[in-house]
Amino acid sequence: MSLKILVTVKYVPDATGDRHFADDLTVDRDDMDGLLSELDEYAVEQALQIAENYDGDAEVTVLTVGPEDAKDALRKALSMGADKAIHVEDDDLHGTDAIGTSLVLAKAVEKAGFDLVISGMASTDGTMGVVPALLAERLGVPQVTLLSEVSVEDGVVKGRRDGDTASEQLEASLPAVVSVTDQSGEARYPSFKGIMAAKKKPVESWDLSDLEIEADQVGMAGAWTTVEAAAQRPARSAGTIVKDEGEGGKQLAEFLASQKFI
Amino acid sequence: MAEVLVYVDHVDGAVRKPTLELLTLARRIGEPVAVALGGGAADTAATLAEHGATRVLTHDASEYGEYLVVPKVDALQAAVTAVSPAAVLVPSSAEGKEIAARLALRIGSGVITDAVDLEAGETGPVATQSVFAASFTTTSRVSKGTPVITVKPNSAAVEAAPAAGAVEALNVTFSEKARGTKVTGRTVREATGRPELTEAAIVVSGGRGVNGAENFAIIEALADSLGAAVGASRAAVDAGWYPHTNQVGQTGKSVSPQLYIANGISGAIQHRAGMQTSKTIVAVNKDAEAPIFDLVDYGVVGDLFEVVPQLTEEINTRKG
Ligand SMILES: Cc1cc2nc3c(=O)[nH]c(=O)nc-3n(C[C@H](O)[C@H](O)[C@H](O)COP(=O)(O)OP(=O)(O)OC[C@H]3O[C@@H](n4cnc5c(N)ncnc54)[C@H](O)[C@@H]3O)c2cc1C
Ligand SMILES: Cc1cc2nc3c(=O)[nH]c(=O)nc-3n(C[C@H](O)[C@H](O)[C@H](O)COP(=O)(O)OP(=O)(O)OC[C@H]3O[C@@H](n4cnc5c(N)ncnc54)[C@H](O)[C@@H]3O)c2cc1C
Repeated sequence: MSLKILVTVKYVPDATGDRHFADDLTVDRDDMDGLLSELDEYAVEQALQIAENYDGDAEVTVLTVGPEDAKDALRKALSMGADKAIHVEDDDLHGTDAIGTSLVLAKAVEKAGFDLVISGMASTDGTMGVVPALLAERLGVPQVTLLSEVSVEDGVVKGRRDGDTASEQLEASLPAVVSVTDQSGEARYPSFKGIMAAKKKPVESWDLSDLEIEADQVGMAGAWTTVEAAAQRPARSAGTIVKDEGEGGKQLAEFLASQKFI
Repeated sequence: MAEVLVYVDHVDGAVRKPTLELLTLARRIGEPVAVALGGGAADTAATLAEHGATRVLTHDASEYGEYLVVPKVDALQAAVTAVSPAAVLVPSSAEGKEIAARLALRIGSGVITDAVDLEAGETGPVATQSVFAASFTTTSRVSKGTPVITVKPNSAAVEAAPAAGAVEALNVTFSEKARGTKVTGRTVREATGRPELTEAAIVVSGGRGVNGAENFAIIEALADSLGAAVGASRAAVDAGWYPHTNQVGQTGKSVSPQLYIANGISGAIQHRAGMQTSKTIVAVNKDAEAPIFDLVDYGVVGDLFEVVPQLTEEINTRKG
């Protein structure tokens, strides 16, 4: 038995850099430092572990929808140990919303073939945390999301989902869509050997026509949501900073009282 | 007047505060019709009526507890079909966002998540989002279908607005996929007696500077003196000092209280993402250069082991 795992990874602007919007109110991806979303490293890690522990042939393919530079994200995942990569790239994708992104990913996943899709819990730029649920809906397979523990055995995926009020044990038959949180276990660093090997691993490029998607189904024109305005939040006005010289706690209490918190 | 569906987040009939905030926002767009599912659904009606729900559609079935997300999507879709609302509002919990997204896709609508404000607009509701770790504010609209919008806690005031709140049974037929993901076990988290982190008016947080699980007692004592919830940075959570459910930040909870007190927290961008929209921010940190001080209304440069207990004592004295 073989197990085909597809990991969806997003190429995002560095959160510690200066992120901003372009004139058309999409994320400015031209002059930015981009990287593999840190939260998708956890998805790659769990995919590699599931493949390593699998009793049979297992293959890990990483998939991204994004601009030319998104190849960097794929390279990073390949150097961590993924076997191959698929890059969906098309000029008409610029400005695609979550519903549109899920369409492209679903078509690509179907074309590639899969037993298990593993996603991150949320991207670090859009941060919606909805693409895995949308993928499950489109693919018509179980959604087993936000897992902090995951395992696959005998065609069944199991995991633990820590919710707001309870921690739940989940179970579903493959094929399924899984997403993992940053509690699922630290991601490995690419080794030197891994980085060298990644250079020789195959990266396939697909465009919209390969996926039989029309240009007007995606991009800004095809989006079902419209951003009307984006403004930088005004900097918070400078506060009062005192150095504790024995009375810091009392001074702070005085401030809180003046603001009616006490 | 058009009706607006509000998805009710409740625990055995006890309505959680963010749902009441949604009713306030829903009234800006139309007449709120609430949808309550699962055990105790009908018990939500009195509270919902008090806050403006004209109708409360309820349905209970074991599927809501036994399977993940999809049964709730089926029910909400049935409610959309029955009501033909002008918009659907859902609380922005992890599960709420998943339900909203799947619903939107099914009914051919766009979805907006994590709105922090909502206004009626000429061509449908306009949502305000706080993005890129709250460094930008955007306004957006759903341009196709019935707008499905999830709203973060503390985005609006809870207001009394008595309405009929007539309870009506919702007819739900579960889809073929409803039983795809089985919930085989559930451990309910023990109540701490403190306010829910995302709903609290005051949050007191500790970070790596707290330096040990046992020292969190200092943070808890301050929190209790103010009737506050306790938060933690990821560094403190990763070290095992405090539970992950209390983590504030990008991969934890996002909070927007009246007052946020950060103790021994440097103020990394991922932490700020979860607290930057707090009304008043206070920090105690021994490093005057810590980035958290860029955000504060009031900051004390000092050792938290000196400052925090003194603060707690002073508050308790003042309260008499
Ligand atoms: C600040 C901001 C706010 C936005 N708000 C909205 C909104 O309210 N409504 C809306 O429809 N769109 C919105 N968008 C657009 C939306 O973020 C993108 O369409 C995006 O592709 C999907 O959402 P996400 O990044 O939030 O993904 P999430 O749902 O957070 O991603 C979860 C997982 O899905 C996978 N994934 C997501 N995108 C890709 C990709 N391109 N390639 C491969 N895997 C991927 C990854 O595994 C990721 O970890 C917003 C974008 C930004 C930058
Ligand atoms: C994808 C991703 C997601 C993340 N998500 C989150 C998240 O959700 N939440 C989050 O918090 N972090 C998150 N992080 C981690 C984040 O980048 C920081 O590492 C983390 O916030 C640091 O926690 P800290 O401020 O407690 O620790 P540090 O940065 O180590 O700061 C400790 C502070 O305590 C001060 N201090 C030490 N001793 C004392 C004392 N005795 N008295 C007073 N002050 C003292 C120090 O001066 C210092 O400023 C994420 C990171 C990534 C990459």
